[in-house]
Amino acid sequence: MDSSRRDFLRAAVGVTSGTALGGLAGLGASLAPTLARAQELRIKDAKTTPSICPYCSVGCATLVHTVDGKIVNIEGDLRSPHNEGTLCPKGAATYQLHINPNRPTKVLHRAPGATDWEEWDLERAMDRVAELVKKTRDETFIERATSGKLVNMTPAIFSLGGATLDIEWNHIQQKLMRGLGIVAIENQARI
Amino acid sequence: MAEPLGFFTDTTVCIGCKACEVACKEWNQLPSSHGGAPTLSGDSYDNTRQLDGLHWRHVKFVEQFSPDRADGRWLLMSDVCKHCVRAGCMEVCPTGAIMRTEFDTVVIQSDVCNGCRDCIAACPFGVIGINPVSNTAQKCTLCYDRLRAGMEPACSKACPTDSINFGTIADLKKMAAARVGQLHERGEQRAYLYGADEKMLGGLNSFFLLVDKPEVYGLPPDPKMPSRNLTPSSLWSTLGAVVIGLMGIFSFRNRGATARRLEEDDVERRRTA
Amino acid sequence: MYPRSMADSDCVMVMGSNMAECHPVAFRWPMEAKTKNGAKLIHVDPRFTRTSAMADIYAPIRAGSDIAFLGGIINYVIDDQRWSTDPFFKTWLVHYSNAATIISGEYKDTEDNDGVFSGLMEYKGGVEDWPYNGFVGEYDSRSWQYARTRMGDQGRVAATAQSGEVTTTRSGTQADTAKAPDGPPYDALVKSLLKPPPERDESLQNPRCVFQIVKRHFARYTPEMVERVTGCPKDTMLKVARTLLENSGPERTCSFAYAVAWTQHTNGPQIIGCAALLQILLGNFGRPGAGIMALRGHASIQGSTDVPTLYHSIHGYMPAPSGLKKHDTLREYLAIETLPTGYWANTPKFVISYLKSMYGPAATKDNQFGWDWHPKILGDHSHLPMFVAMADGKVKGMLLVGQNPATSLNAKLERAGMRKLEWLVVKDNWLHESATFWKNAPEVKHGDIKVQDIKTEIFFFPSSQVAETEGTFTNTQRMLQTHFKAAEAPGDCRTDVWFTYQLGRRLKKLYAESQEPRDEGFKNLVFDYEHDDARERERGEPDAMKLLKEINGYYSDDPGRHVATFGDLKDDGSTTCASWIYCGVFPAPGQNRAASRQPDPPDQRGAQLNWGYAWPGNRRIIYNRASADLQGRPWSERKKWVWWDEAQQKWVGYDVPDFTPTKPPSAKPKPGATGMDALGGGQPFILKPDGVAWLFVPTGLVDGPLPAHYEPAESPIQNPFYKQQASPVLKYWKRDDNALAAIGDTRFPYVITTYRLTEHYLAGAMSRWNPWLTELQPELFIELSPELAEEKGIRNLDWVRISTPRSQIRAKALVTRRLRPFTIDGKTIHHVGMPWHWGWEGVVTGDVVNELTSLVGDPNVTIHEGKAFVCNVEKVAGARNGVV
Repeated sequence: MDSSRRDFLRAAVGVTSGTALGGLAGLGASLAPTLARAQELRIKDAKTTPSICPYCSVGCATLVHTVDGKIVNIEGDLRSPHNEGTLCPKGAATYQLHINPNRPTKVLHRAPGATDWEEWDLERAMDRVAELVKKTRDETFIERATSGKLVNMTPAIFSLGGATLDIEWNHIQQKLMRGLGIVAIENQARI
Repeated sequence: MAEPLGFFTDTTVCIGCKACEVACKEWNQLPSSHGGAPTLSGDSYDNTRQLDGLHWRHVKFVEQFSPDRADGRWLLMSDVCKHCVRAGCMEVCPTGAIMRTEFDTVVIQSDVCNGCRDCIAACPFGVIGINPVSNTAQKCTLCYDRLRAGMEPACSKACPTDSINFGTIADLKKMAAARVGQLHERGEQRAYLYGADEKMLGGLNSFFLLVDKPEVYGLPPDPKMPSRNLTPSSLWSTLGAVVIGLMGIFSFRNRGATARRLEEDDVERRRTA
Repeated sequence: MYPRSMADSDCVMVMGSNMAECHPVAFRWPMEAKTKNGAKLIHVDPRFTRTSAMADIYAPIRAGSDIAFLGGIINYVIDDQRWSTDPFFKTWLVHYSNAATIISGEYKDTEDNDGVFSGLMEYKGGVEDWPYNGFVGEYDSRSWQYARTRMGDQGRVAATAQSGEVTTTRSGTQADTAKAPDGPPYDALVKSLLKPPPERDESLQNPRCVFQIVKRHFARYTPEMVERVTGCPKDTMLKVARTLLENSGPERTCSFAYAVAWTQHTNGPQIIGCAALLQILLGNFGRPGAGIMALRGHASIQGSTDVPTLYHSIHGYMPAPSGLKKHDTLREYLAIETLPTGYWANTPKFVISYLKSMYGPAATKDNQFGWDWHPKILGDHSHLPMFVAMADGKVKGMLLVGQNPATSLNAKLERAGMRKLEWLVVKDNWLHESATFWKNAPEVKHGDIKVQDIKTEIFFFPSSQVAETEGTFTNTQRMLQTHFKAAEAPGDCRTDVWFTYQLGRRLKKLYAESQEPRDEGFKNLVFDYEHDDARERERGEPDAMKLLKEINGYYSDDPGRHVATFGDLKDDGSTTCASWIYCGVFPAPGQNRAASRQPDPPDQRGAQLNWGYAWPGNRRIIYNRASADLQGRPWSERKKWVWWDEAQQKWVGYDVPDFTPTKPPSAKPKPGATGMDALGGGQPFILKPDGVAWLFVPTGLVDGPLPAHYEPAESPIQNPFYKQQASPVLKYWKRDDNALAAIGDTRFPYVITTYRLTEHYLAGAMSRWNPWLTELQPELFIELSPELAEEKGIRNLDWVRISTPRSQIRAKALVTRRLRPFTIDGKTIHHVGMPWHWGWEGVVTGDVVNELTSLVGDPNVTIHEGKAFVCNVEKVAGARNGVV
């Protein structure tokens, strides 16, 4: 980091009062004009939560600003030895992963042969998935391979994905799968 | 007034990642043109094409290769408002919407702007455009709101390779001179600063290190104030660029099946969502 | 190494990676090395990219010719006068590498064996339950072993190969297994595995010593051959070689950066091994600014390999129990998989602590800690064979969480597989192609497949995003970093752990009454992660910190007490720890070191040890004892990192020493000892059983102990190096819908490579719905040279059709001199490239580039060859810029 950047930050002054920026929606229709004059910093009263960029593997640290529990801004964390506040275009667009009208928020179900989705209740869908996992596991379970070896497994259920996800998920997923005897567990590291 | 602040953009370390473009949009909550789906420009990796009301940072891509590839370079440059010490836009603004801030930066106050477009014509760099949402003239504010809170502008903060440097003009000039010296020492004799001294419109508070002629980067070699010796040709070239840009914003996407499919998908999504 | 360490490099060679575009923020550090220290930046790539634009030297090579290029550099280095005489390089060679080790007299190199290694044979592995392993041949690696010693089959380099492709009878480990005594304790078992030490010749003159074998092996990689095969002018290659050598030594270090353009080949691990061989010769490991930077592609892809959602390994790089190996009992598994010398001698402690994390109190000494309950694999259950098996109707259900296979390799085949599933669960943030393939895929839209005929029951569960979730990512530096929850996710969006936890709880209920023996293991599976926070508990969220605690480890009889370091793990069941390598991240309640965010003070030289937590044991540069000379002194003031402090009688430095902390440099190996005691104070590579870096790889790789240039599975030319065309042991699933082009097939004359752009992410799910990104790169394109464009009558922005034996797609032409025709083996070979981020969903759409790729892969790790294959390119008549 260049010294001017640091010096400037050290000399940071308080925020002056003025008209708040109207409208924070990012994607077009409801965008209010940006007010330059007497504009109040839109993260002035925001809560700051440390986070990590979800894209590539560099592990850039970010800061998530929320106002009344709603995300208003995500930018780089200056303290991080990985990125020192910088981000790439994807990291800089992390906000739009969260606040985005294209984002699906409902559970969908497609019956065999159906031509369209149907909205399902979350609990109902989970119950059905559990039922299917049990059914397939029970139908395809191999206690002993043709070689006679005890293997206690099924190769007929495939768990795919994980490289973009938390290690806690990777742990609980591989544990549940292996606990059930499901060995075909894979993620993007393979391809 | 506080010490003048600005940008020094060292194009020799720009990797063309466009983090500055996105960080600017994120902080200033600017929408994408064409709903995010413009057509492929075919001009290297540049698909946002220009600075305008929706694009306050713009990365240029200039491919320079000899036919046998013995010589080759890909010039990358993040362009932005120059925050001129003598700013043409300010001079022509009939409503006084354009002001010089306590940081010696130039800011358009959207609530005062009447959308007359005089500033667009007056800017020798083609920086300003109409934001179709607000219908006012807009451009880089050098993150005035962040400056007032003691924060660095979004684009320079995001820049992964420190191509965009932010600071006091005095510090930036020192840094820039040292960098030019270093490049000369390392054999890059073409390195020079554009807009760092007062000869150019009193000095650009956003100046650049370049390794080719300004025109190669789409920059005027000798920008002028609108009141002084504005030649018709340069006026037209500037206007032309802006007009083409506006057509770009408002023209319908011409993507046949893709566009139709997208619309179908939107309907689909609304139905299922 | 890690990205920031590249700021300490004097030369950075990026190859197999487009670092500036795909890891822009990591690229900050090579750029700092360049601007501040005048470091040289080299980019070796088929295309002139944004990385090349920053490079001091750009070396163009044909995709798939990496080993030829690196081999040329190795040959140059070995012949160099300074290299041969400098004591620095000599010490590295004789003491820090296995150059002096004598190899078995039965070994035959490619030089003496018609271009293949000794031991090549017809593939006969696998079992009838799982006929999907895909090998076209196999090696018996017996002849590659060190003379007089048997290192076993336990090499850790390519654990996939251990899925059962090494049969126990042939390798002779069965006898060893039989006499290994049971435990716990397992000290006697480990001791029984000891072998006599290998023969050595420190003069490096013995023709069977590794150095002489390596020297002979690479002698044919002359500058002329390199130019002929890679298409890179030989002067450019020599300039690269000189620059690397000039910037290596006690005062200087070079680093390499690679990514999937090295892994996605039928010999990917061999390319990486080739770079490692070169870096060992140059003394560039364990030192600041040295090493090989693996630039991984996803936020926690390192984590998903460490905590393996991968079929071939259980936690911490231990081989998955296999039905194809002598893994019948825990004792036999330990006897086969434990290396008696070096750090892996602790394997029994790691395995038993892992089994305790699975089955808790039910795992006891009397039931082999639940060994029989743990599933055994039956072969290669990885991505490629799984989709082949799916297309054969052998896979009934899929849980798809954060991945998009409908746009993946030979995408049409993968989708054909998905249509055969009885059920599919998609848990994702976006309704991507794998969620909608049944109604929106091209074959459905075109009417080839009727929606009604697809009998798959499909679920879509929307996900919370990163800032709506508390959890931990492991980055490419092996660093764990916690992100916290800042906001509540909307609607039905839930975390990924919520999904698995809720599924597990339901299954626990469904199996609660079962008396079946095969359900016993699941009934005993420990699965209690109830959240302490009432609000989260109500939502059904598990406690991420409880999961992290189980990963870190705790004392079995006192679960409130966490295990502080993997050195404290026990082999008797008294410790519970899922992942030995992560042990220490959560050493005590309330002390999550992954959440630590304390940077070093500015301008202080250091390793940022209080920012996050890097496994193992928070070491930032592994094997860092190599940053000191034999006597433990820094090689130079400039490259100081870890050194022996005589006064304190311990290793000290900027980093956590990756060595026994108090073992003096002069310490000799203890005769007959196991584990770390078997290594001397001058053997830095502590995970290797002989404590040194391997130039020659006797175990662990199934396709040869040394890298050799083989052509990609699809290539325009005959291999000029050897009679053997492509890897003799590659994996290929031969099917009508997975056809390959013949060598030099005139219907597919162009070399094609696929890649990523800065502005998008992978298959597009995390960028194609994001308008700030899509406007930057809205449409799919193919990059081609003006020479090829002219030949084919293609203008910039014309629509072109790209075809391979698998499929064809369309894209717009981006005509650019950044691509160039190559002269390969006397012929002009055109080279094209395509980014692969598009699909039919999202704000921007485009054809799926992976329709073009095939299911052909590397034999060690079953990674496909997506970076070098062949295609045809034709102009689509009458189409220009959007008007079709």
